Amino acid sequence: MSMIGNAAFAALLLTSGATQALAASEADFKAAYEAAKTAENRAAALHNRWTTTEVALTTAKTAAAAGDFDAAIAAAKDAEALAKASIFQATSEKERWKDAEIR
Amino acid sequence: MPVQVLILPLLAALALALLVHPAPAADAPNPVADAKAFKTYFATKFPKLKLEDFVNGPYSMSEDMRRQWQEKEQFPPYEFALEAGKQMFATPFKNGRTYADCFPNSGIGIRQNYPYFDEKQGKVVTLELALNRCREANGEALYSYVEDEMASLTAYMAVTSRGKPMNIKIPNDPRALEAYEDGKRYFYTRRGQLNFSCASCHIQGPGERLRAEILAPALGIMNALPIYRSEWGGMGTTSRRLITCNSQTRAVPLDPQSDEYRDLEYYLSYMSNGLPISGPGARP
Amino acid sequence: MASTIRVRATVNGELTEVQTLIRHPMDTGLVKDAQGAIVPAHFIQQLTFEHNGKTVFLADWGPAVSKDPYVKFGFKGAAKGDDLKIRWVDNLGATDTITTKIQ
Repeated sequence: MSMIGNAAFAALLLTSGATQALAASEADFKAAYEAAKTAENRAAALHNRWTTTEVALTTAKTAAAAGDFDAAIAAAKDAEALAKASIFQATSEKERWKDAEIR
Repeated sequence: MPVQVLILPLLAALALALLVHPAPAADAPNPVADAKAFKTYFATKFPKLKLEDFVNGPYSMSEDMRRQWQEKEQFPPYEFALEAGKQMFATPFKNGRTYADCFPNSGIGIRQNYPYFDEKQGKVVTLELALNRCREANGEALYSYVEDEMASLTAYMAVTSRGKPMNIKIPNDPRALEAYEDGKRYFYTRRGQLNFSCASCHIQGPGERLRAEILAPALGIMNALPIYRSEWGGMGTTSRRLITCNSQTRAVPLDPQSDEYRDLEYYLSYMSNGLPISGPGARP
Repeated sequence: MASTIRVRATVNGELTEVQTLIRHPMDTGLVKDAQGAIVPAHFIQQLTFEHNGKTVFLADWGPAVSKDPYVKFGFKGAAKGDDLKIRWVDNLGATDTITTKIQ
């Protein structure tokens, strides 16, 4: 049998595995946050940001800072969805507004 | 060839043409026609109201509210702001000049002419902007567009114009027409997560309730500004109202006096041409 | 300094109608400012109206009264030209008084 006992070996495997999982989460968060930020910047360029998108971005950042990457990623994905919806709103309203006009 | 054979395809073509709703083309802007349609829309929706009644917002929409408001107007909540504004207006700047030096007719009885299109700069100038430019030109620090000082000043200038008809001009300048069109587009464009446009509440909803508030009609809505809002416990500028309207639909507001807001004020004020200035106003 | 009390008292038949608008923040002490600090309680505690040395109206107020309070009431027994004295005291000990002629 190896130098380190079974239990120790298992523990070693677990720790390395766990660290890998954590690192992946942070990287996942960064990717999700970047995607959300990119979309929000596009919304900003269209002068059409939503307050709720901003709140979701802040929630994501705060959760990440506290190490809760699951919550952070969820919030970042929310933010991305909201930002994309606001972009859709801005682009579709470019023509749709005319439907409402009093003529 | 027999006429009947010709008529059928002709009729079909006509029917088709009528069926296909012509896409709102990029027609030449026609503010005069727009304003007429705007007023007709509201006159039809509220046949019992006279045109000038619309400047009182929700008070023309509810008898009970109107009664309470008229009682309060004997001793209006904006009295303090008015007094402060009058005093501020008369107080000279450090260099000895006053606001009167910046405005036609010494700034008295001119509120109904704002916003106007500055052809030199190619942009819309609102009253709030003009006041701050006056301060800047005389070496004074600018006032916030959303706080008390600007509200008091514009309240005073509004009261000197009470009863005068709104008198917005659109010069024969393509840039002015563009600003007007931009304002119109802003008004009808949905924004914020709640997906409301200004029109959602103020064209579709006047007289209806939004939570506990009765919505005001868009016609005449600029005439009562600035307003003392019980909700704010104080006086608020046009800028403040536009910003809060934005955040209420969950849209991140733009900077006060940004192009969109200036153009919006231009468009809305023009729609209310002929209606009397009723500001400063008091609202729930 | 300008008075915080705006008042108008008019005789109407047997009754004298009084309207008052008082400039006062009426802070409840429960609101936080932008920095998160509590805005200290600052509200009128007592408001009195005196005619011919007699108190015709007395109000004991608390934080439930809104900013810039408005009061309207009527009382009997006064005539045009009489004095009406109004006084308020707040929880910080500040006070203001004004005397007006009944019209």
